[in-house]
Amino acid sequence: MQTATSKETDKEAVFRARGLSKVYRMGEVEVFALRAVDLELYQGEFVVFLGPSGSGKSTLLNILGGLDAPTSGEVVFRDHNLTQANDRELTRFRREHVGFVFQFYNLIPSLTALENVQLVTEISEHPMAAEEALRLVSLGERMHHFPAQLSGGEQQRVAIARAIAKRPDVLLCDEPTGALDFSTGKLVLEVLERVNRELGTTTAVITHNAAIAAMADRVIRVGSGQIVEVHRNTTKAKPDELVW
Amino acid sequence: MPALNRKLWRDLWHLRGQVIAIILVVACGVASYVALQNIYRSLIVTQKTYYAEYRFADVFAPLKRAPERLTARINEIDGVATAQTRIVANVTLDIPGLGEPATGQLVSIPEIRTPILNDLHLLRGRYIEAGHRNEVILSSGFSEKNNLHPGDTISAIINGRWTKLSIVGIALSPEFVYEIRPGDMFPDARRFGVMWMNREALGTAFNLDGAFNNVVLSFAPNANEAHIIERLDTLLTEYGGLGAYGREDQTSNHFVSNEIAELKVTSTMIPAIFLSVTAFLIHLVLSRLVSTQREQIAVLKAFGYTNLNIGVHYLKLALAAVTGGVILGTFVGWYFGYSMTALYAEFFRFPVLRYEMNPWVLATAVVISLSAASIGAIRAVQKAVALPPAESMRPEPPARYHASLIERVGLRKLFSLATRIIIRNLERNPVKATLTMLGIAMATSLLIVGFYFYDAIDQIIEIQFHQKFRHDISVVFNEPRPSRVRYDLANLPGVLRVEPYRAVPVRLRFEHHSRRTAIIGLEPTGELHRLVDSKMRVFTLPPEGLVLTTELAKRLSVKAGDTITLEVLEGKREIKQVLVAELIDELLGLGAYMDVKALNRLLNEAGTVSSAYLMVDANATDQLYKKLKSTPTVSGVWIPSVWLQSFNETIARTMGTSTSVIIFFACVIAFGMIYNGARIALSERGRELASLRVLGFSLNEITVMLLGEQAILTGVAIPLGYGMGYGICFLITKAIDTELMRLPLIVSNKTFALGFLIVCGAALLSGMLIRWRLRNLDLIEVLKTRE
Ligand SMILES: Nc1ncnc2c1ncn2[C@@H]1O[C@H](COP(=O)(O)OP(=O)(O)O)[C@@H](O)[C@H]1O
Ligand SMILES: [Mg+2]
Repeated sequence: MQTATSKETDKEAVFRARGLSKVYRMGEVEVFALRAVDLELYQGEFVVFLGPSGSGKSTLLNILGGLDAPTSGEVVFRDHNLTQANDRELTRFRREHVGFVFQFYNLIPSLTALENVQLVTEISEHPMAAEEALRLVSLGERMHHFPAQLSGGEQQRVAIARAIAKRPDVLLCDEPTGALDFSTGKLVLEVLERVNRELGTTTAVITHNAAIAAMADRVIRVGSGQIVEVHRNTTKAKPDELVW
Repeated sequence: MPALNRKLWRDLWHLRGQVIAIILVVACGVASYVALQNIYRSLIVTQKTYYAEYRFADVFAPLKRAPERLTARINEIDGVATAQTRIVANVTLDIPGLGEPATGQLVSIPEIRTPILNDLHLLRGRYIEAGHRNEVILSSGFSEKNNLHPGDTISAIINGRWTKLSIVGIALSPEFVYEIRPGDMFPDARRFGVMWMNREALGTAFNLDGAFNNVVLSFAPNANEAHIIERLDTLLTEYGGLGAYGREDQTSNHFVSNEIAELKVTSTMIPAIFLSVTAFLIHLVLSRLVSTQREQIAVLKAFGYTNLNIGVHYLKLALAAVTGGVILGTFVGWYFGYSMTALYAEFFRFPVLRYEMNPWVLATAVVISLSAASIGAIRAVQKAVALPPAESMRPEPPARYHASLIERVGLRKLFSLATRIIIRNLERNPVKATLTMLGIAMATSLLIVGFYFYDAIDQIIEIQFHQKFRHDISVVFNEPRPSRVRYDLANLPGVLRVEPYRAVPVRLRFEHHSRRTAIIGLEPTGELHRLVDSKMRVFTLPPEGLVLTTELAKRLSVKAGDTITLEVLEGKREIKQVLVAELIDELLGLGAYMDVKALNRLLNEAGTVSSAYLMVDANATDQLYKKLKSTPTVSGVWIPSVWLQSFNETIARTMGTSTSVIIFFACVIAFGMIYNGARIALSERGRELASLRVLGFSLNEITVMLLGEQAILTGVAIPLGYGMGYGICFLITKAIDTELMRLPLIVSNKTFALGFLIVCGAALLSGMLIRWRLRNLDLIEVLKTRE
């Protein structure tokens, strides 16, 4: 078994997880979603989590993002210990530091693209202008459209704009291209790559699509609730070079 | 505007159908509360200040004749502040344009205006002038209805002679806020009016010079009413006292206070119904909203919105809808109260009856509506707050279904796939199904209650005016007559049939209860006044003993078989013991009946009668009335058809107004409940139904699958609503139990049918709206995204 803990010290660790386990009890049966995972994510890096469906990727990401608590183990974000935090502190942690992107975009259907982004900028300390965030994802023209008027890829880019608008320290994306076709998916990945490069936001992307791994700094393979392999790309591929 | 608030407005707009339903229900509740509470308060205050400012008397005592010097002794009774003696007499009036004779009640006032008990509030004209003996001041209702004004004259039979009285003023008195002829049940200002007249003139006319036949008094602080009445009765016995009574038994005050007491009940009961419906609707709508928006809630939480933010967001949604209802309800209530006050002002003659919006009432309406909303919202808000964000990001697990009970017991083959879907849905969420069903049942029951009032009134009219009173007129003699008077009456023009009867004013006593009433002695074979009970059964008078209405018996706490004490309030004022032979369940009044022969025996009189029922040839009534007007021995004429008319104009009209309001409210609730139920089912199962459409099911098939559930719920709810409605009607017959009237427990088939039709109509209408939405289901959208 490998761990995702690196000996490199040139980069500061943003997340440090030790012995993370998550057990779901379903009546008699216990489902081990995570088994004693150790992991670090570093400042500014682009990490891809790769693994089959049901391997525990979402569970891991949700715990890192303070959406969920582990059954045992510890997560530290910089100097905040997330595992000891209560609900209020977790809410504040999410509000101040994390941007989420989900597979099904999860936009508020009753709000326009711009308003969906404003929903987040309004409660952040140092956000960028919502319009700027939308321009970053090349949706400057579609700001006043409602989610129902946007294609899946456009909706996902709104979701990204929403996630980055508050200038989060980390961007956590759970299968952001999972519901998209090849070329639209690529468009979304380009946006993520650009945000990572231009804003230096630490980015973690979940996928079960191995091709996407080529654009990462590091690739972490997950299987049956464990980290089975950590791989560092020596050269990062550009999103438009990817094929699947 | 913060984006979250923008979401709020758009959600409200999206849910507009349901929001409108809630707004309407809240508005009904607030409007009824605001209107009825304000009227209630203004009536109480008006009554109280009027009584105080115009010195409404505390005790009233009619008697035959007592010398003026007795006043001093009455004043000496412990607890009496002032006693004032007067003369009160009923006379026959000839009203221009009115065929039948009318009745005037003459009440004496001092020649020189001085403050008196039951003082006059002069509306127009002037006070009577000293020395002008034939001047009268008219009560305002009577003057309005007969178009009589200061300067006009009116003819009255005084002391056997027609006398012209000149009207000099129009006034009100706290004694006649509700102006009604003694012995009548409904006001009839056309045929009965009060006239205030010079004391000396009345004394001369009625042989009461230096004497009086009525005394009123007011209490000193800490007076003991029962004690004073007892002392006064003792004092007046030898002067033919007819029994003193307090404000509670004073006719006008009795009616006004009764109405106020009833308003108090209805002004809390009706709004309470609406506000519970509000809470219920909000619960349904918001719970549904929170479950459809569980992912949105999760996203908000993921981005750092606090539980408080989210809880407040959904609470605001409920409060916004309710606030809309409060605003609408306040205006409607204000208007509604305003017009109802005008109606009240017609029946209750106060110097001013102002409709005022009491800020407290408004504040209370706001607070209780918002509380109802919050109570309704609390579960949904809790659910939103408690939603674990990580979990709600995952697609909602498919709902757990299982073969329904009916299928498990082996009836599966009987049902089509669509039916199975319907039944499983019902079984899967029994609580929601039950709540929806109860809501529809409640609306049905309200409709039944609404229409029931019409049934009750129809039944009263049928019993009272078709089954019971079958005479055309009844005449009352100025004093008891021998029974051969029937031949004189039979000779009057147009008289086809005569049935004399004996009415005796009495006070009935049993243990510590007592009650003033009149015993009607009837011929057991009579056809013109039959005794008919609330179930329309004809009742035969027993040859001996007294028959009391169940209401009177209840107030005296007597049962059939008891022997009670009877004080005759006329003639020799004998005190007798008499057996209560039977009780009769009558709807109107507190009557007491006896076989006329038994009554004559009891009073030791030979065939004496006091009045008679007449059947009259319709073509000869004018002649007959003319004759009766000039017959001094006839002191009053009662006409059942006139009664019916005033019944229709008063009770039936006021009840009709509130009934149509109740029915309108019930329709609103029925529609609100059913539409919401269907709308919520649609939002829950829209995706499923769209998927079925994609699989090739027709619009009709999915409509059946969705609305079949509603149809079953409605089908079960209607009979349940019938039962609940009948139960509520039963409670109403117990609650509306005034001395004036009780309501019969009869719910007609028409009422059941109307309830059915309206509920089904509401169901159909909401079904059509839902089907229209189903037609527009966006199938592509469904396939593209997860809800
Ligand atoms: N709320 C839950 N209740 C029960 N089991 C769960 C729950 N959430 C996740 N699981 C289980 O945990 C495992 C990992 O799930 P998840 O992290 O969603 O996998 P992935 O995102 O890699 O597809 C799966 O077996 C899943 O069934
Ligand atoms: Mg996943």
